[in-house]
Amino acid sequence: MEQNVQEELWSVTIDGNEIKVKPGTTVLQAARMIGENVPPAMCYYSKLEGSGGKCRTCLVKVSQGSTKDPRPMPKLVASCRTTVMDGMVVQNTTSPEVKEARAGVVEFLLLNHPLDCPICDQAGECHLQDLGYEHGKQKTRYEFKRRTFERIDIGPYIQLHMTRCILCYRCVFTCDQITNERVHGILNRGDAAEISTYIEKAIDNDFSGNVIDVCPVGALTDKTFRFKSRVWFTKPVQASCNCGKCSGKVTLWYKGEEVIRVTARKDQWGEVESFICNTCRFERKKTSDWTIEGPTHVDNKSVISANHYELKYDQPVIPQKTSLHADHPSFKEDKKLLN
Amino acid sequence: MQSLSGRKKNVVNKKMTIGEKLYLPAIIGGMFVTLKHFFGKSKTVKYPEVKRNFSENYRGLHVLKKDDTGAERCTACGLCALSCPAEAITMTAAERTKEDKGLYREEKYAAVYEINMLRCIFCGLCEEACPKQAIFLTSEEIAPANYDRGDFIFGKDKLVEKQHHPVGKIRGGGPYSKEHYHQHGKNKSIF
Ligand code: SF4
Ligand code: SF4
Ligand code: SF4
Ligand code: FES
Repeated sequence: MEQNVQEELWSVTIDGNEIKVKPGTTVLQAARMIGENVPPAMCYYSKLEGSGGKCRTCLVKVSQGSTKDPRPMPKLVASCRTTVMDGMVVQNTTSPEVKEARAGVVEFLLLNHPLDCPICDQAGECHLQDLGYEHGKQKTRYEFKRRTFERIDIGPYIQLHMTRCILCYRCVFTCDQITNERVHGILNRGDAAEISTYIEKAIDNDFSGNVIDVCPVGALTDKTFRFKSRVWFTKPVQASCNCGKCSGKVTLWYKGEEVIRVTARKDQWGEVESFICNTCRFERKKTSDWTIEGPTHVDNKSVISANHYELKYDQPVIPQKTSLHADHPSFKEDKKLLN
Repeated sequence: MQSLSGRKKNVVNKKMTIGEKLYLPAIIGGMFVTLKHFFGKSKTVKYPEVKRNFSENYRGLHVLKKDDTGAERCTACGLCALSCPAEAITMTAAERTKEDKGLYREEKYAAVYEINMLRCIFCGLCEEACPKQAIFLTSEEIAPANYDRGDFIFGKDKLVEKQHHPVGKIRGGGPYSKEHYHQHGKNKSIF
């Protein structure tokens, strides 16, 4: 028994990169460990149990099932829900089939989407925008009426634009798992499915604000931030506070001297590092409430990085001359350089 | 090295001839050129009484367009300000109230919209960036001269068009213009 403690590792190859992972790891997680050619994920959220499998943006092609059974899988599979097998070979962006399927998925996700990015507060940090930009088509082929909804206020701080929702279920899982009592969920089915609190009952929970962060699109937005600024005109900084309820580790979004929004910190996959409480998110909007840790790193592909500068290189070190005597070796060297 | 333009001349230190040394023929020749221009047609115009015709795609003063119903098209999306290389544009967004429904096209509108004409380099990138076809650079006007720096900051009072002209009239549409694209591209505008 003792020898079994050392766990067996399975090797999986994704777009030519091989990695050894524990059994039970999904293909998407393995791809994230490699860090290259990671399939996009709109519904999977590693911090939410049971999430994934809804949106199909993470489709990949399995060109070899495993070492024991090297047959390819007959259809494209959702990488967030498929666990690796030993010797599995996966194709993501190297497969034209995957690219085509993903463009189709984007088209489906956009069927009912209003494309009101110029108005939407999520623009600039919206995963659907990124997905559409990278994998989508230029034009829509849809000719029917898009379904529309009125905006709904979920409590005093959260606004639901159901028109923009892609039904990823992330917010439902958040309410189920982070908060104690779930009061919002998905009503109806199929094309008629919608996110709703029953009879628009306010979510009254200390962690309800996290649904804003997990929502990949602009369906759930912060009412205190509504139309305050476009996100690329704001400056994010890392800050923390001693909060009894949550980790207190947040990102403050400044416009000038004013904190106009507080969000949880997001990692490179756009997922929050830790969920924060509503007091931190909605009520601590003064610099004096926080200890500033430094500027948030913004990916240079993001529009938020426009006009934000980071020190890239080490400052050049100017050698200090210890003596000004002309015989000093450093002087002689300078002369040599000049000649 | 070989001259790329083919017009390179090598300087030689040659002696002047007697004729050249006299200078007089050269001076008379020069005077003749000057006098010819006295009687020729003038190349300048008396601005501002007389104005030159602008070329069709001249990039002059900005205008914020209204749509066919007279509602302002701009939705304060900030893309013009983002694309502006001179950082000349600022704006503040506001939410449209029920009473203002006819005034603005979308639920968000620019309560303040300012362009600093001293910063602007009239590159037209704002026009290109605008997803709502709200901002255009007219080919009829240039930013007028002024005494006060503050007067060069044009707010909505100066930028929003008083009377609505259809978009196509604003600038002659070349093959790459938006108008051309929308008239001939046959794609349904999604906005
Ligand atoms: S509201 Fe947002 S998080 Fe919730 S299902 Fe819709 S898109 Fe997903
Ligand atoms: S014309 Fe160019 S410089 Fe002037 S406001 Fe527009 S983008 Fe800025
Ligand atoms: S003029 Fe156009 S680009 Fe500029 S804020 Fe208005 S809608 Fe956006
Ligand atoms: S992320 Fe895998 S199906 Fe949505």
